[in-house]
Amino acid sequence: MRYMSGCFCAPPVAFLASKCLQLLPIITIPTALLALLAGCSGGVLDPQGPIGAADNKILFNALGIVLAIVGPTIVAVLIFAWWFRASNTRARYLPDWVFSGRIELLSWGIPLLIIVFLGGVIWVGAHQLDPYRPIASQNKSINVQVVSLDWKWLFIYPDHGIASVNELVVPAGVPVHFSLTSASVMNMFFVPQLGSMIMTMNGMVTQLYLQADQAGDFYGESTQYSGEGFSGMNFVLRAVPQDEFERWVAAARQSGPELDRASYIAVSQQSQNVRPFTYRVVDPNLFDEIVTRRIPPGPGPQAGRGGPSVHPRAEH
Amino acid sequence: MSTTEALPQAYGRVIDPYSLGRDRRGDAGGGRIYVTGRGEGGPASRRVIVGFGFWIFLLSDIVMFSVFFAAHAVLQTETAGGPSGRELFNPSHIAIETACLLASSFTCGMAAVAIEARSQAWTQVSLLITGLLGLAFVVLEAGDFATMIREGAGPDRSAFLSSFFAVVGLHGLHVSAGLLWLGTMMAQVFVKGFRPDILHRLLCFNLFWHVLDIIWVALFTLVYLVGALR
Amino acid sequence: MLGKLTLQAIPFDHPVPLFAGSFVVLVVLCVVVWIALKGYVPYLWREWITSVDHKRIGVMYVLLACLMMLRGFIDAIMMRSQQTFAFHAAGYLPPEHFDQIFSAHGTIMIFFAAMPFMIGLMNFAVPLQLGVRDVAFPTLNNTSFWLTCVGALLINLSLLVGEFARTGWIPYPPLSELTYSPGVGVDYYLWSLLISGVGTLLTGINFVTTILKIRAPGMSYTRMPMFCWTALASNLLIVAAFPILTATLAMLTLDRYLGFHFFSNEAGGNPMMFVNLIWAWGHPEVYILVLPAFGIFAEVISTFSNRPLFGYRSMVIATMAFVIVTYTVWLHHFFTMGAGADVNGIFGIATTIIGLITGVKVFNWLFTMYGGRIVFASPMLWSIGFLVTFCIGGVTGMLLAVPPADFLVHNSTFLVAHFHNVIIGGVIFAGFAGLTYWFPKAFGFRLDEGWGKAAFWLTLIGFYVVFVPLYITGLQGMPRRMQHYDFALWHPWIVAAAFGIVLLFCAMVCQVIQLRVSIRHRDELRDDTGDPWNGRSLEWATASPAPAFNFAVLPRVHGAEPYWEIKRRAIETQQTAEPQYEPIELSRNSPVGVITAFFAFFVGFAMIWHIWWMAILGVVGAYAAFVWFAWRDVEDYTISAAEVAQLDRARRRVHEEWLTQHARELA
Repeated sequence: MRYMSGCFCAPPVAFLASKCLQLLPIITIPTALLALLAGCSGGVLDPQGPIGAADNKILFNALGIVLAIVGPTIVAVLIFAWWFRASNTRARYLPDWVFSGRIELLSWGIPLLIIVFLGGVIWVGAHQLDPYRPIASQNKSINVQVVSLDWKWLFIYPDHGIASVNELVVPAGVPVHFSLTSASVMNMFFVPQLGSMIMTMNGMVTQLYLQADQAGDFYGESTQYSGEGFSGMNFVLRAVPQDEFERWVAAARQSGPELDRASYIAVSQQSQNVRPFTYRVVDPNLFDEIVTRRIPPGPGPQAGRGGPSVHPRAEH
Repeated sequence: MSTTEALPQAYGRVIDPYSLGRDRRGDAGGGRIYVTGRGEGGPASRRVIVGFGFWIFLLSDIVMFSVFFAAHAVLQTETAGGPSGRELFNPSHIAIETACLLASSFTCGMAAVAIEARSQAWTQVSLLITGLLGLAFVVLEAGDFATMIREGAGPDRSAFLSSFFAVVGLHGLHVSAGLLWLGTMMAQVFVKGFRPDILHRLLCFNLFWHVLDIIWVALFTLVYLVGALR
Repeated sequence: MLGKLTLQAIPFDHPVPLFAGSFVVLVVLCVVVWIALKGYVPYLWREWITSVDHKRIGVMYVLLACLMMLRGFIDAIMMRSQQTFAFHAAGYLPPEHFDQIFSAHGTIMIFFAAMPFMIGLMNFAVPLQLGVRDVAFPTLNNTSFWLTCVGALLINLSLLVGEFARTGWIPYPPLSELTYSPGVGVDYYLWSLLISGVGTLLTGINFVTTILKIRAPGMSYTRMPMFCWTALASNLLIVAAFPILTATLAMLTLDRYLGFHFFSNEAGGNPMMFVNLIWAWGHPEVYILVLPAFGIFAEVISTFSNRPLFGYRSMVIATMAFVIVTYTVWLHHFFTMGAGADVNGIFGIATTIIGLITGVKVFNWLFTMYGGRIVFASPMLWSIGFLVTFCIGGVTGMLLAVPPADFLVHNSTFLVAHFHNVIIGGVIFAGFAGLTYWFPKAFGFRLDEGWGKAAFWLTLIGFYVVFVPLYITGLQGMPRRMQHYDFALWHPWIVAAAFGIVLLFCAMVCQVIQLRVSIRHRDELRDDTGDPWNGRSLEWATASPAPAFNFAVLPRVHGAEPYWEIKRRAIETQQTAEPQYEPIELSRNSPVGVITAFFAFFVGFAMIWHIWWMAILGVVGAYAAFVWFAWRDVEDYTISAAEVAQLDRARRRVHEEWLTQHARELA
């Protein structure tokens, strides 16, 4: 065809890279495997608790269901593109074939089947792994109240009367019931290796149940961008044996400041990269007062107040 | 955008080749064009195009209003300890505003009749009355708003008041813009007469004014009546 | 006097934006001065700036898109490089800047790169494919373009005067409320999008009216090309969705300016309502972007496989089904907000239905290739790249549609990789395919194939090298928008992604070189017949570049593939009868669009900086411009029948020569 002759500078790149079309499947499959292997530690694909494990199972089930149709489709695209190239005289040319009832049936029917399966996975999975649903366990769950501040995490242990900032110590093998809220803007509580994430919002309480099966340190973070200090807003979830947990609680009760309305308002001012510390005693109504806004929401950036501010920066 | 084909006509008026549901008829001399409603008649006339386009705009405007209605539905109970609808709404004012707006819709219809009859005087008179009634509506509503703000029930008092001021205010803003448009149209008809493009604009204005009336009915029902009952 | 605006608005103490902004201003000034000195201003004003010709407006939209894509790409380079350096370190971009950069990247790419690209291609091709002379409201079309430009200008201005939003491209409250974002950044975002949103809405109205009311005689709905059906669907979505955006952003504006409490934390405001409303717009928005892309691929695959589209009616049903279904899925953007299992489940299932109708379209494209004689010109390469890449993006999308799976990867780089997968693989690939495909029709010569293919391969490979590592880090728990991080597992993959950016940069260089080489060799690349690709739809029935009136005589459509029928008949009968020429009326050019946009810019700028007198003047000026425009008496100008005949006979002569030369080849 005429336009094929318009090649003036065929850079070597194009020629070499065109070979990649054939190599593409050969590249992507090991990459995918490598990816799986690489992802298989320290992240979402390496769950250490029942919620995470269940989430994972559903992820892979869904992946399998969808790949069952998309995989062959992608292969078919490449095969058709190659076989029906203009230079292949062996391929049949069908210039007028525009409709086939059988193919229509398949092209509507197969995706329909897929979404029936996937829909089932979705409905059942959404119910079984609803963050509000308690974990069935012989052990009694402990309660932790979570308040996301700018830009650190406050964990209140209402049953034990202490609180902790940026360090979440829980007993291993015991379900933890989280009640979450935010002091100011939206955040998202997430411990990748333990499972589901949930949003935190001012004036509302969300719930989450997680459990760490074994002892260990797990990375925790916020996944909802919340401002300047967002990148530093991670914490450690330390799962420890029950007796060590008791000892930690007892030690926390010995020293550290009190968490009451005044000290809460102080800690809700904007600050970043806060080192973990604990409060030795907590006002039992504090969480309630935060949620019902009897304590006002956390303040925003204070720099530049009192005049028109073009580039307000948070205090560090 | 003229075409080289004669436009399909029936009963001496240009018909829309794209209207759904039309049967095979319409023969623009020589049986060359079948108007089957499947859009085979070539480009529609300018009047149809302008009218249709304006309707699409009105539908988009209704979508915008419905977002504010939805926000009001969510926020109407959030009075944050401040005054609620029942305490604030002035039923007699609302009744007068409704009467003004509905009457102005009627006079707008009268203006459409006058335009069809190509009567400059009657067109100007009915458009003027439409405008005055609309102005009365806006002045009353603005007065109500000012009173509420003065009494400390402004939009910054609570979420309910925010959404109330926004949805009612948006309608008021549309009426005000319509009045501005009306004044311009009155001037244009006076200076240029009943030219086709002026007629198209008057058609659009008519549609706009009636739709504003419909939205007021919805507003009146959902915001004032339902709000007063709460 | 000048509201909040002071000299402190210029970032003298921040070298990066100061240098970048000054550099851009310098380049723009140089270009403007060069144009003025060369005497091109009258030509530009007459032929382009005030033009109401859909082809010219389409080209300007695509030009805007390419320039903004460059700006957005530079933001992307900065983001990737910052993350490469910021492992256990602060990197070179402090949070205040990094946060503006990712917000600007998203906003610019979606609103001022992807949207104008698709709208530009629709502007150019739809009236030609429908066999008519222009859109329903040509002057409105021009106004839409300039309003979009004003939005782009405001965002770019924020680089040098003030700052941009630091909230992400969707400004969730309460972060975007005045309490937590007291600067002018969010205001720049709001006014930029409020103004350009009006432009986009007007485009939607224009095209719905055009496609439904203005088609060539004989072109019933089932004879419209697929691109026109997808354009119809996309514009219906624009009409129904952009008012939601305008309303929601207006509410946020009222919160910030007048102390309203729609989304605030106190006095009863509801931030979750913002999330719901904005995604009720946001999901249709991505289908507004991708539906024209689907249409472009339908045209390209059909043309370069030398086969008609398979399953036309099925495709039409699927396309129109998108319009409805896309409004039923918005909650999948915030499964993690805690709506409960029933609600999450329903929206998850609704999302899979979208997967179903996309799958139908993919199969139809697949079977269009089946039994074809495929030519691997660069548009076809983009299409095949799309089919593979978009399917992979679809897989990850279906994973995200399952709430428990979403609970693991929401807001992580997995999500970022997914939406870049579908937007780049879908919209951007389509943009380049459409650009190459319709370039000869716009300018009369083809683009150089060699550099085009190089650009394709570098883009394809570069895309995977950037985003596969991001899928991996997402599975390793990395959230999006991290200015710095300490988690060791993520670092090697972030470095790998940076190499991909280098490849994409090379791809961009290839595109620029392609344009330059093509212009230089345009005589050899000339398209003489108007039909360089052996096309099947009506735009190929006219000369290249298309004359102002598109068609000398509006074509009569007899069959499903309008131009294919005409060609077949011409080849069979070996002659084309000369038609009866008549005078043609076209809309006159008008400066009202650019003048209105000028005032709109000052309204936006004034509102951002609280310069109330300037805002009022701007509104008055815009209204005065409307009235002045409405007062004009002569709307059209006429091209005489003789002139039309002269122009068309030249085209017919070339066409007949070509016909005799290739009659045997094509029979």
